[in-house]
Amino acid sequence: MDVPNREIIGRYLRHAKRFPHIWCPGCGNGIVLGCLLRAIDALGWNKDDVVLVSGIGCSSRAPVYVDFNTLHTAHGRALAFATGIQMVRPKLHVVVIMGDGDAVGIGGNHFIHACRRNIDMTAVVINNFIYGMTGGQQSPTTPQGALSSTSVYGTLDQPFDIAGLAASAGATFSARSTTYHVKELEKLLKAAFRHKGFSVVEAIAACPTTYGRRNRQGGAVDMMKWQKKVAVSAKRAAGMTPEELHGRIVTGVLVDRDAPEYTEEYDRIRRAAAEGKRVAFRSQPGDVTSTRAKEY
Amino acid sequence: MSAEGSREALLQGNEAVVEGAVAVGCSFYAGYPITPSTEVAEGLAARLPATGGTFLQMEDEIASIAACLGASLAGAKAMTATSGPGFSLMQELVGYAAIAEIPFVLVNVMRYGPSTGLPTSPSQGDVMQARWGTHGDHPIIVLTASSVREAFDMTVKSFNLAEKYRSPVILLLDEVVGHMREKVKLPAPEAVERLERIHPSTPPEWYAPYEETNTGVPPMAAFGDGYRFHVTGLVHDRMGFPTQKKSEIVQGTNRLYRKIERGFREICMTDGVGLEDARTVVVAYGSVARSAQQAVEEMRDQGKPVGLLRLRTLWPFPRAAFERILDGVDDILVCELNRGQVYREVLRVSRGRCEVHKHTRTDGEMITPAEIVRALRERI
Repeated sequence: MDVPNREIIGRYLRHAKRFPHIWCPGCGNGIVLGCLLRAIDALGWNKDDVVLVSGIGCSSRAPVYVDFNTLHTAHGRALAFATGIQMVRPKLHVVVIMGDGDAVGIGGNHFIHACRRNIDMTAVVINNFIYGMTGGQQSPTTPQGALSSTSVYGTLDQPFDIAGLAASAGATFSARSTTYHVKELEKLLKAAFRHKGFSVVEAIAACPTTYGRRNRQGGAVDMMKWQKKVAVSAKRAAGMTPEELHGRIVTGVLVDRDAPEYTEEYDRIRRAAAEGKRVAFRSQPGDVTSTRAKEY
Repeated sequence: MSAEGSREALLQGNEAVVEGAVAVGCSFYAGYPITPSTEVAEGLAARLPATGGTFLQMEDEIASIAACLGASLAGAKAMTATSGPGFSLMQELVGYAAIAEIPFVLVNVMRYGPSTGLPTSPSQGDVMQARWGTHGDHPIIVLTASSVREAFDMTVKSFNLAEKYRSPVILLLDEVVGHMREKVKLPAPEAVERLERIHPSTPPEWYAPYEETNTGVPPMAAFGDGYRFHVTGLVHDRMGFPTQKKSEIVQGTNRLYRKIERGFREICMTDGVGLEDARTVVVAYGSVARSAQQAVEEMRDQGKPVGLLRLRTLWPFPRAAFERILDGVDDILVCELNRGQVYREVLRVSRGRCEVHKHTRTDGEMITPAEIVRALRERI
């Protein structure tokens, strides 16, 4: 009954063309890509209908290895490219794979605006707390006090909570897991892909080469053990105090709600425009106060 | 509405861009508001959804050009419009479009710069930025227009060249052309030339999205058509996959240039007044060419051997048009709203065969016919 993992992954790789890959031993990117492929396989998506879009960085090299429509864009801009694709061909499954610097550093503006538009696509953000490809500079998610090649006395800046940022910016599905919790990560990706609207899955991953070594986190295995140790499910976290949650990574689904999907809503605009009419909306021009904070 | 389906309208240049885009089949616009280009966005915000297309106001100019490139990869004819500050922000992805060979049109209604500059006085200060604004060696097609009707025609031309050459095309208008109103006769929709990119005729397993072809332009599939190809801003091989092999690097870059060079005759557009007997030629483009034309006609009425060479294409620089006149003229006077960006190109192509002068203006005002007449009188 169970198909071997190797066989599932093998269905989707661009064989003999793009290997060996560029990722270091112990890198979490391959684990996330594996989860992504198994989730797509489980949903039975046709390869021709999948577009995998990325920006720049280690994780953004993922698309070249897999046999979908693949687009390796510029640093931070993957979501904006993906928006154009999804608007023109809403039936395609657009999945955007980014790193932490890509998604919420240089691409932060695109990230929050993609969240508020609620276009039916999925952003997979691999968060390894560091700019790996350029050799270990502080990123927007580097924990305060952590060392990097550009924060040699400790990182001063407060880190972003990516999945939380997505939720508060209006993403209708936001979840987080780690590369230790492969089964959960795969499940969350599947749920995100199934979700109608903009979904975000943050995957905490290890970069032993540029983050672990400098911060004395041990090797790849030790960093995975750390993920296991600090992870706490959203359900359990709900009953914990901020003090208890300090230094923990909340995993699971943070937000899952229904809201009108952008490309479908845009079709309403097209139909009305063709008839020269205005479109009816639930809210009115005077409804400027956001109620989203309460929902979240 | 006349019998042939053409119609008359009182339009400004930016509105003519909208009409041209709709006429040539543009179905996607993404942009960010900026004067003096905003009327292009406003016009298409009304027109595109009504015809099944997409208008998106993005969070910034970088997102705007990125969305256009995504839309083009999905098969749409896509466009954005902006002005100086926004044009600067878009530069990185102009280079992406060049190396990934993604057709799309960028309209830049030039305003006085650098930076916020003089919002929103006219300028032609972005000629060199349009050529070299993005990093690295790359070919680019840059057109311009002098009238409202020509803004329509050049928008159509921009899309057609973009599709035919799989290249970004920049349409450089100046604020005067963007905002001035003229009565124009627009052609019937069926009279508008509409070129489409070449789609692959090979089965997907044979498709090489960046293969060598006779024209240098590879066929282009759209995402979702079953071809499953890879697109990257990295230097790539004929399959689109990253390469560091010297032979493939050189071949790819050479083909980028070759495909545009093969099209020089079609791409490099100029016209003129009195070039057959002129000893002094005024070179101008955009709104300045209108003033120059009046000045030249006045001088010719007085029997002076003066002519006008009007540039409709700025890049690739229309060198052949200069080769045709250089042996017969004593003087060239380049008139432009910058400190001499095209002037230096004319110096370069004339190689000392005639005197080259400039009359420029950079105070936020346009160049008048009287000024050009004065500048000409100083010389003849």
